[in-house]
Amino acid sequence: MLSFKMALRSIGANKMRAVLTMLGIIIGVVALVVLVSLVNGATSSVTDTISSLGSSLLTVTVEDDKGYPVDMETLNEWMAEDKVGLIAPYSADSLTAYADGESGSITVYGTTPAYYDIQGLQLSMGRWLKTADVENNSYVCVINETAAEELIGYVDCVGQAISLDGVKYTIVGVLAEEENNLTSVLTSGTMAAYLPYPSLQRLSGTVTRELTSFYVGAAQGGTVEEAEEAMTQLLLERFDQDEDAFEISSQNALEEAMSSITSMLSVMLGGIAAISLIVGGIGIMNIMMVTVTERTREIGIRKAIGASRGTILTQFLMEAVVLCMMGCGLGIFLSWAILQIINTVVASLDMVFYLDTGVVLLAVVFCFLIGVVFGLYPANKAAKMKPIDALHYGG
Amino acid sequence: MIDIKDLCKVYLVGDERVRALDYATLHIYPKEFVSIIGPSGSGKSTLMNIIGCLDVADAGSYRLDDLPIEAYSENELAKIRNEKIGFVFQSFNLIPKLSAEENVELPLIYQKVPRAERVQRVKEALERVGLANRAKHLPTELSGGQQQRVAIARAIVTRPKLILADEPTGALDSKTSQEIIDIFHELHRQGNTIVLITHDGDVAKQAERSIHILDGQITEVTL
Ligand SMILES: Nc1ncnc2c1ncn2[C@@H]1O[C@H](COP(=O)(O)OP(=O)(O)OP(=O)(O)O)[C@@H](O)[C@H]1O
Ligand SMILES: [Mg+2]
Repeated sequence: MLSFKMALRSIGANKMRAVLTMLGIIIGVVALVVLVSLVNGATSSVTDTISSLGSSLLTVTVEDDKGYPVDMETLNEWMAEDKVGLIAPYSADSLTAYADGESGSITVYGTTPAYYDIQGLQLSMGRWLKTADVENNSYVCVINETAAEELIGYVDCVGQAISLDGVKYTIVGVLAEEENNLTSVLTSGTMAAYLPYPSLQRLSGTVTRELTSFYVGAAQGGTVEEAEEAMTQLLLERFDQDEDAFEISSQNALEEAMSSITSMLSVMLGGIAAISLIVGGIGIMNIMMVTVTERTREIGIRKAIGASRGTILTQFLMEAVVLCMMGCGLGIFLSWAILQIINTVVASLDMVFYLDTGVVLLAVVFCFLIGVVFGLYPANKAAKMKPIDALHYGG
Repeated sequence: MIDIKDLCKVYLVGDERVRALDYATLHIYPKEFVSIIGPSGSGKSTLMNIIGCLDVADAGSYRLDDLPIEAYSENELAKIRNEKIGFVFQSFNLIPKLSAEENVELPLIYQKVPRAERVQRVKEALERVGLANRAKHLPTELSGGQQQRVAIARAIVTRPKLILADEPTGALDSKTSQEIIDIFHELHRQGNTIVLITHDGDVAKQAERSIHILDGQITEVTL
């Protein structure tokens, strides 16, 4: 406690220098806290919007089928279970579409009729895929409005033909674009076509009979949670009780993409801020070296009257750590102030930025470590001085 | 109390070997007031540094209070200095940022004396050197004589067995010097062992016993 007081005094003895030294830490902390808080604030506001679209389906991915691949029959068996609703397999491939002299890259999904209900799609023309289409491997497809406009030129194109990688398919329906449907949002602006699963399997080299991804809906009158529980049981039974053989999540794809992007962004920004904190730490080390040299004589006096190495080490280490923590505190306060200002400026944007507790904690721990790591060398230099040499330093 | 035998200390300055102490042998008994006198460069400070456990000799033996000083580690020596020795230097050697009472308090902090007792003992020590009314002053706000008195208070606050003073009057005028010497007399009367190093014969004469040193050798001892 006493060494803490002593540290405060020697820092207080040279306030201007202390503040300048802390500046590096302050800037580092502000960068870290503000950037991460901004990313988190923006993310939570976007994910809120996404969740409000609703997530009423499960995504299942099979990672390791243990020699029991899932096929259409398996899905039909599972669909017969009480708590499980519709199941639709899906796989996707990027192909070249061609029609009336127009061509372009198109994302083709292979699936079954159930997909329509699980995803809550809407048609603007024609019909959706039928069970018969799947059983007969029919050359039919449903396309989205973007594809219709770009390839055919108009939306009312049911009955026309397009060719996918050179194979002719008849358009049986056109999907409506809806702002509050996830699949629509995800695919809007890009061309998409939906084929019966076996048709895509025949067309694409990468799509196989074994189903590795499928959507599962909630049973009539049941919840997604119940479906998830039931599906987990079924999958565990099939794959030797191995939890790692499959992945089941109720998060939708957009949310997942968002969270992976933002966590990457957080790590990246955090990393940059960490570098500036380390630079701040080097500043602290530099000034501590100067302090130790300036106070060589004081060190000599203290040692002469009985200070041990440990006492001197603690004194200077404490000074470095206190310097860092003061910078950290100021930085956090400044971050809070900056976030408040940003909040008033963007009040109309319907976003609120909070000081993220996690990152504040991280900043505190990191600053402490920087103080210790960069204070250790100068403090050790002070502690190792010979009393007689230190006492006679500079006359 | 102090038992020094055949102590040698050699400094290498460039290619030249300077024998700062050349088989010095001396004894100092408890409660003595001894002065060590010699011209500049004769090895007084070197001797004092070794007696004060601030430095170690190259050869010879030194026992303080029957402790073989050569055998101790740096931290153990720090403890011995803290508990057994009070230093008074020519250049005062006070810590400029700390007030008079804080300077005096420092050795007690290193001894881990509890706060209440520290305050009491610091007050007593400052009273003994007649500076109770300057306790809150910084060294820069005190005269040379006053600073040296603070240094003496710092030396006696731990109630050491030995008070070591290296030219304590070297930076002071003759009137102030005498005041400082009088404090040493007073401390001696109270039962302290005092070793006073000086090159001033008048100062040396005031001690019970003078040890003369020349070119690192003890030349004579006068009573
Ligand atoms: N650190 C050192 N390095 C080299 N030589 C030294 C060192 N300290 C002392 N000496 C030499 O040792 C000899 C004795 O020095 P010392 O300081 O003991 O003398 P002194 O009697 O205290 O003199 P003064 O009265 O001037 O203080 C001198 O010749 C000095 O040059
Ligand atoms: Mg000297």
